[in-house]
Amino acid sequence: MSVIAPPPPTIRPTTSSRATRVLGVLSIVGIVALAVFGLFITPPDAELGETIRILYMHVPTVSAAYVAFVVTAVASVAYLWKRTEFWDLLAASSAEIGVLFFALTIFNGMLWGKITWGVFWRWEPRLTTTTVLFLTYLGYLAVRRIPATVSTRATVSAVIGILAVVNIPITHKAVDWWRGLHQEKTIFGTVDPEMQGTQLFTAYLGLTVFLLLFLWLLIHRFRLAWLSERAEERVLDRAIADRRAESVEEAP
Amino acid sequence: MSTTGYIAAAWFGTFAAVAAYAAWIIRRSRRAAALVPEEDQRWM
Repeated sequence: MSVIAPPPPTIRPTTSSRATRVLGVLSIVGIVALAVFGLFITPPDAELGETIRILYMHVPTVSAAYVAFVVTAVASVAYLWKRTEFWDLLAASSAEIGVLFFALTIFNGMLWGKITWGVFWRWEPRLTTTTVLFLTYLGYLAVRRIPATVSTRATVSAVIGILAVVNIPITHKAVDWWRGLHQEKTIFGTVDPEMQGTQLFTAYLGLTVFLLLFLWLLIHRFRLAWLSERAEERVLDRAIADRRAESVEEAP
Repeated sequence: MSTTGYIAAAWFGTFAAVAAYAAWIIRRSRRAAALVPEEDQRWM
């Protein structure tokens, strides 16, 4: 009787799927459209002049960062409730993308500040609260790298992920609560109510594009985190099996 | 630097950073996915 060996496990060396490919194509098309409108079609603003073109990057990146941090908070609550790996990895993935977008918000804001205020940075209320918010989420990511059991790490970071989101309304309202240099909060804190025509369209296009980018990055980053956990488990299982085999060979 | 230079830096810097991060994720994902059988590539 012949013995048929089981087929080797199939490997799919990618984290993409049809949904992410569609999302990716939409994001790229959106970026091209945003660049055409933001850099060439929209006229300079009556008050801000050409510097409004920097705000077409600044506002969408901060909006996407806020969404990312809220997703982290919601996933952290869900983790503390359900205690499943899914919510922990989703929270961590979203926080990392949020930090990237928030760093870009600060970068764009500094460039805008240099043109408008003559300096890259001033310790005024909005920028100070922004720094605190940024450092809080950097701390969240740092805590996730501290050696600990999976459960402890996930629980501690979930608590931080929930507490950190409180900083968002403080940062958002800083322009109302304290006097400073920063632009006042506008409608929903995102789009200027006096914007019209192609300026308004470009502002909303930017928001849409960066939310699509966030979603695309989140799916891929989450799947990478998931795969990394599985790969680590396999390495550990193999090491244990090798050690067991060695001890069997060594036994008299 | 001129205003145009700052605008160019903002746009290029933003999309270059996002592209670099996306490329890093994809490269690491391919490496990790090659170690994990497809049956373990269910995301929930």
